[in-house]
Amino acid sequence: MSLYVEVIKNENGKDEPEHLTINMGPHHPSTHGVLRLVLELDGETIIKCDPRIGYLHRGVEKLAEHLNYNQTIVLSDRLDYIASAANNIAFCLAFEKLLGITPPRRARLIRTIVGEMARISSHLLWLATHALDIGAMTVFLYCFRDREWLLNIFEKVCGARLTHSYVRVGGVRLDFTQEIIDELRKFTEEFPQRILDYETLIDVNRIWLKRTRDVAVVDAETAINLGLTGPVLRGSGVPYDVRKFRPYDAYDEVEFEVPVGERGDTYDRYKVRMKELRQSNWIIRQCLDKLKEVEGEPVLAEGAPDLLLPTRVREPEPKPHPKKGFIFTGKEIPVVPPGEAFASIESPKGELAVYVVSDGGPNPWRLRIRTPSFVHISAIPELARGHMIADLVAIIGTLDVVLGDCDR
Amino acid sequence: MDFLAELKERFPKDVLEVLEKDVLTIICRREGSVDLISYLKEKGFKHLIDLCGVDYQGYKSEKKQERFEVVYHLYNLDEKKLIRVKVPIPENDAWQYSITGLWKTANWFERECYDMFGIVFKGHPDLRRLLMPEDWEGYPLRKDYPLFLTEEREWKGYKEFLASVRGAK
Amino acid sequence: MGIEGTVEVGKDIRQIPGTPVFITSLDKLFNWARAGSLWPLTFGLACCAIEMMAAAASHFDLDRFGIIFRSSPRQADAIIIAGTVTKKMAPMVRRVYDQMPEPKYVIAMGSCACSGGVFRTYSVVQGADEFLPVDVYIPGCPPRPEALIYGLVQLQEKIKKEHGRWGFWR
Repeated sequence: MSLYVEVIKNENGKDEPEHLTINMGPHHPSTHGVLRLVLELDGETIIKCDPRIGYLHRGVEKLAEHLNYNQTIVLSDRLDYIASAANNIAFCLAFEKLLGITPPRRARLIRTIVGEMARISSHLLWLATHALDIGAMTVFLYCFRDREWLLNIFEKVCGARLTHSYVRVGGVRLDFTQEIIDELRKFTEEFPQRILDYETLIDVNRIWLKRTRDVAVVDAETAINLGLTGPVLRGSGVPYDVRKFRPYDAYDEVEFEVPVGERGDTYDRYKVRMKELRQSNWIIRQCLDKLKEVEGEPVLAEGAPDLLLPTRVREPEPKPHPKKGFIFTGKEIPVVPPGEAFASIESPKGELAVYVVSDGGPNPWRLRIRTPSFVHISAIPELARGHMIADLVAIIGTLDVVLGDCDR
Repeated sequence: MDFLAELKERFPKDVLEVLEKDVLTIICRREGSVDLISYLKEKGFKHLIDLCGVDYQGYKSEKKQERFEVVYHLYNLDEKKLIRVKVPIPENDAWQYSITGLWKTANWFERECYDMFGIVFKGHPDLRRLLMPEDWEGYPLRKDYPLFLTEEREWKGYKEFLASVRGAK
Repeated sequence: MGIEGTVEVGKDIRQIPGTPVFITSLDKLFNWARAGSLWPLTFGLACCAIEMMAAAASHFDLDRFGIIFRSSPRQADAIIIAGTVTKKMAPMVRRVYDQMPEPKYVIAMGSCACSGGVFRTYSVVQGADEFLPVDVYIPGCPPRPEALIYGLVQLQEKIKKEHGRWGFWR
């Protein structure tokens, strides 16, 4: 962490230290990733804050223009790497709109389950790192213990702990076995007690209350103007949840509540996320019950693109019905209808939106990913004005930013 | 729709086309785009979901007038409606009016659009590169920019860094 | 007393019990000490950082190997580069590496740090070994915590084979 101190000469030309410009460099012990903040301080109070991002810019949008639609699912995992399943779902929804495919009901239920598991996993990691930054180390260890359970289930489902690529265009890759369903049911029965464990540790703890009450208060108008979405917006009183406003997958079949905060401070956002953990648990339980009704159905739609990597088959004459997947034929036949599609989901961090433009070729023409972390980091200067540096750590924690999501 | 008719009445020259794809799309001229968007904001489309640029050089399936396009996605929280506004931008005159006065979130969206495409936003308080390093040359998301940079086209900051590391070793 | 009365505390390191007297070569002693308490620097950049945190948490405990994560480069022995290194970030990584005191070791964790990974684009450095001398490569995307532990054990084996990496006339 480099310290750059500049003594600014005031109007009379004398060296009087007025505002200190300090660099909270890209490498710092907070586990949120490579974020650089240039702070202008008056003592310990923040006057101005300028976030500099781009230290994890991997060129995903450009790379997607050179890959097949199925191959971009792999890239989508690495954006918000804590809840990979949610990113996959966003991409698949946009591609399915373009292709005009609807996944079967069993696939939609499984996607909902996996999406909610990703939400629980992401909120647990959020709680672990947020509490660790504020000082509560025990919560970190407890949350990781539960997260290991979930990652174990993910491994049984699709083989990978973190970057799944499980949700594909037209459905999901593999079906759930009975073992997975039993394990998930056991998880949903034991999880509410675990949530109670975490809350007992910090809910009415004096230190927690002092550090999170009335820190970074945002009212509803400013929150919408700043583009905040997800639990951050709901903490300020606006009940906007994409799962209720523009339902996708199986969210119109399940019942759940959308928790809303009142004051818009850090403590309210914490309460909103804890309530969301309980709601996600309930959604998984409902979906598991509904899965029994659609026993034996396929999990991939008819006409879904080829699962394996396409081989470049050159044929002398064109295929009459080019819906059989992304196989390159001798002549340029549109495999995906040209056009554009927009899809957005409620990812654990906020609203993740994908806008894809297609040319009729095997690769997307333009893949635009609107991530919640990008918008939340742009709101840090507004939220951190007038607070101290120690509060800044709490603010970055409550906004739940992941730099892979922000820089893409 | 009554709302569409009102829109066409207020902006007869600026609204070029109204399409009904997966989302209601309005293609608008650059000159009246800010007025159109602020009218939409007054009508309740308060949530700016996205602001991005698209480069249509070499696009085969449709004949596009201009090379670039700036696309806005707006959402009405009360009536639950989504709307898309597209503004074509010519290649040699690549600039657009900024809407940072209406939404604070547009600040960073426009900075990213400038960084990736080179479209200048007039009226933006602080237009500089966001994702790429400050002295990067070229605009990465344009279609004539390569995916992987070879030795000669490499960013000079990285070349200097490698030279200093290899010199010290 | 002879060699039979002594106790073997590490490979080829014998101690006369009850006294602070060791019978061994200096190389073996220093290597044993360095390998037994390797303190890495937390340098999590992207997804691999999450697996590194999971390895350090209670399920795949790293503390039992003597590995404690330090946040300051001046107090660390090893740097685990976990995640994608971009061209904008590379000078910072090098600066942090230069601040570490000798002897220092570099572990490249994950495909992106080994060779650029999936991302062959304009802004990603194709492997941390373009500007750092890497000792151990751990492939995977992301590597499981068990794979990270295996890589760290390999590094410990490598340290135990070193010669003469002590003293001021190196």
